[in-house]
Amino acid sequence: MSASVGARMNLKLRVWRQSGPDQPGGFMDVDAPDIPEDCSFLEMLDIVNERLVAEDVEPITFAHDCREGICGTCGVMINGRPHGPEAATATCQLHMRKFRDGDKIVIEPFRAASFPVVKDLMVDRRAFDRIIESGGYVSAPTGTAPDANETPIPKDVADFAMDAAACIGCGACVAACPNSAAQLFTAAKLGHLNVLPQGQPERLRRSEAMVETMESYFGSCTNHGECSAACPKEISLDFIAVMNRDYLKAKIKNRRLASQT
Amino acid sequence: MSTAVDSVDSIDSALQGRSILDSKAPPGPLADKWDNHKFSVKLVNPANKRRFKILVVGTGLAGASAAASLAELGYKVEAFTFHDSPRRAHSIAAQGGINAAKNYRNDGDSVWRLFYDTIKGGDYRSREANVYRLAQVSLDIIDQCAAQGVPFAREYGGLLANRSFGGAQVSRTFYARGQTGQQLLLGAYQALAAQIAAGGVTLHNRADVLDIVTKDGEACGIVARDLLTGEVRAHSGHAVVLATGGYGNVYYLSTNAMNCNVTAAWRAHRRGAAFANPCYSQIHPTCIPAGDEFQSKLTLMSESLRNDGRIWVPRSMDETRPAADIDDAGRYYFLEEKYPAFGNLVPRDVASRNAKTVVDQGLGVGPLRNGVYLDFADVIARDGEQVVREKYGNLFDMYERITGEDPYKSPMRIYPAIHYTMGGLWVDYNLMTNVAGLYALGECNFSDHGANRLGASALMQGLADGYFVLPYTIGDYLAPRLGSDPVPTDDPVFVEAVSEAADRTRSWLSVRGTQSVDYYHRELGKLVWEYCGMARSRTGLEKALSEIPALREEFRANVKVLGSADGTNQALEQVNRVDDFMELAELKARDALHREESCGGHFREEHQTPEGEALRDDENFAYVAAWQWQGPQQPQALIKEQLSFDNVELTQRSYK
Repeated sequence: MSASVGARMNLKLRVWRQSGPDQPGGFMDVDAPDIPEDCSFLEMLDIVNERLVAEDVEPITFAHDCREGICGTCGVMINGRPHGPEAATATCQLHMRKFRDGDKIVIEPFRAASFPVVKDLMVDRRAFDRIIESGGYVSAPTGTAPDANETPIPKDVADFAMDAAACIGCGACVAACPNSAAQLFTAAKLGHLNVLPQGQPERLRRSEAMVETMESYFGSCTNHGECSAACPKEISLDFIAVMNRDYLKAKIKNRRLASQT
Repeated sequence: MSTAVDSVDSIDSALQGRSILDSKAPPGPLADKWDNHKFSVKLVNPANKRRFKILVVGTGLAGASAAASLAELGYKVEAFTFHDSPRRAHSIAAQGGINAAKNYRNDGDSVWRLFYDTIKGGDYRSREANVYRLAQVSLDIIDQCAAQGVPFAREYGGLLANRSFGGAQVSRTFYARGQTGQQLLLGAYQALAAQIAAGGVTLHNRADVLDIVTKDGEACGIVARDLLTGEVRAHSGHAVVLATGGYGNVYYLSTNAMNCNVTAAWRAHRRGAAFANPCYSQIHPTCIPAGDEFQSKLTLMSESLRNDGRIWVPRSMDETRPAADIDDAGRYYFLEEKYPAFGNLVPRDVASRNAKTVVDQGLGVGPLRNGVYLDFADVIARDGEQVVREKYGNLFDMYERITGEDPYKSPMRIYPAIHYTMGGLWVDYNLMTNVAGLYALGECNFSDHGANRLGASALMQGLADGYFVLPYTIGDYLAPRLGSDPVPTDDPVFVEAVSEAADRTRSWLSVRGTQSVDYYHRELGKLVWEYCGMARSRTGLEKALSEIPALREEFRANVKVLGSADGTNQALEQVNRVDDFMELAELKARDALHREESCGGHFREEHQTPEGEALRDDENFAYVAAWQWQGPQQPQALIKEQLSFDNVELTQRSYK
């Protein structure tokens, strides 16, 4: 392949380095000259890492995988914003043409008590899995299903569920929230399953279990709305309202059931 | 085999008399095989299932669906993923859809037609019995996924929507916007999560499987490295299931995720599992063309785009006008002209090779002249921008983010990229490799797609294997082993394997060479793409076979990995994988060299029709080439599984 056709830029990076979960961390200043503007943010880090290796400096650890914005593995704070300056864009889909020559870029891991730093820019988001395990599913063991067309679902309901189901579980919502709350992540799954006919039998049990698991790991929601603004999939705050409604219903119903026993 | 290379010839003769691989395809009429087989396999009684421990490696569609379904049945399952969460497996990136022979469109689809299309699409290099079963269980998959709450696209009446998809003349593809893989994977992941919560599955995340362990010829466990602590340890079970995906990253640049690798499958191969048809790799026609050296992966855009987009290049090499200003006379709609019946919907390999042909002729577009146009102007004019946005909005947005160009205004640029690998571990009808107790599912095995996979069939196969095949067939192996305990992890076979894997990993730190792991991965990728990519030739493959081992030696002597083995070290994770890709690349080139024909994803320049289409040699090559490890100093031995076609007639594919 020939040389790059696009312009090149010179950047100054401040990158968070931390050798392990229990180690103190700190910023490292790195010059990143001659970066092609057509490369992605993570490819910029690849280039920086190759140069670090050449200088015998251990490369910067950062989580990444699909590099097409769908797996939710990547995600760093770029100048204080999860996934950086572009709306609806995961870190891997952010391209350097969105920056300018001479820019200083501060790169940090997602900051939240429930997302402990693994190393450098990589964090541990297993708390999200705990929320799903507590009820983020429809119990439909393999082999039990009726014909798919026996349960019609109005198109607008299916579309609403799909809007919620688009969540990639990256954790930007938590990182953006001043309280490190996970309402948007949890509400996205509840919004997906709770509106579908298949999700009805477990609706209230699911809502209660997931909300309470969420609260055991994450902070509380005070309606800042930063989560939705940072979300690479633009999950709407409306789903949080749906979740709150279903949680309330679940609590009332459960109290009623409790009083009957 | 008179045309094969000498080394293969000699191995071949050395192996004469050795038993060929037994597909265990059941007898009887095609349509009854699976039902008969389900009845004939041994069962494990429900109360006894908990006495068996099954290790499932990989949590993509095949692995997650298998782990969840086996746990639902009562087996004790341990699942392994190198990701932080099972939900991140690369199945998530599949965009277009999943096939099923539901015939909801009343357009003449049937199990038989899906079977036939898959066999034909695979260029008659797959096993009839497996493919027919795949078509049969496709019906159950859609039901299962809908029951899980997968938000498939719907018509206004609430029933499921379908679309037609690359190469099919019926509309049998189910989809969830452009995120079908994501939604199906989340369905399987959620089923898995339910089983984790219920205690049926123990999940090991950030666990990188480095070896497969066998004792007395049976798989008894694995060796995995904890990617957080660096600890290497053994896990033991009654059976081992590999659902670890394909080997597309041998090309470095592919549409695979960065961490997709062949290590678990390759290590299984080194432990005795035959590796089948490694030369079959699929090129996806609709990817964004490569930019430059910094490029780390290629991004695919769903080929559903070919339903409405028109593919063309300028007729003249000297064309300078912007795309939109070029009149029809100046445009060469090469697929529509050459294939009037199928037009832009010809199968992936045909579309890809034709794109390569026009680019090689100097007609390519874009700054590096390495792409062709995919143009939506006509459909936007016909249906309006809103309709196009509804169907393809997320793909258009993705294109704009990556290239900085607006596809609603100017045509996209596309070029083929490696996308899927049809080859993989050889398995029998039960999905068991030739190592007893070792299974391979999904893209990791070779079984259903022959030499070429149809669009929207990868998701179908992964879920078929995990939800509806393995749960039935694994009992046949386990039932006679009731009462036996798994081999303890302090058994010498485990102790040895653990120390081997730990030493191998640690050894890279002491090489202290001068070039990064990525450097060598890129160099390998260039070789494989150049000589074993879209078109192959004897000269090129022989060159590959001399250059790959040389590169491997240099890599082993000169790679530079910093840091330590006692914690997170991404370069150290990658270096084992690149090492395994180096070995696989060589086998891939040998397989491609020995297969003196063109079929599906394997195109040999020496074997083509006068029109430039793939020319098969059914007389000599209608077999599965399964390669058996012979030790590090010797080339693998070739074992053939002869394919017989009792239900379809072998024809030369024609999409004209």
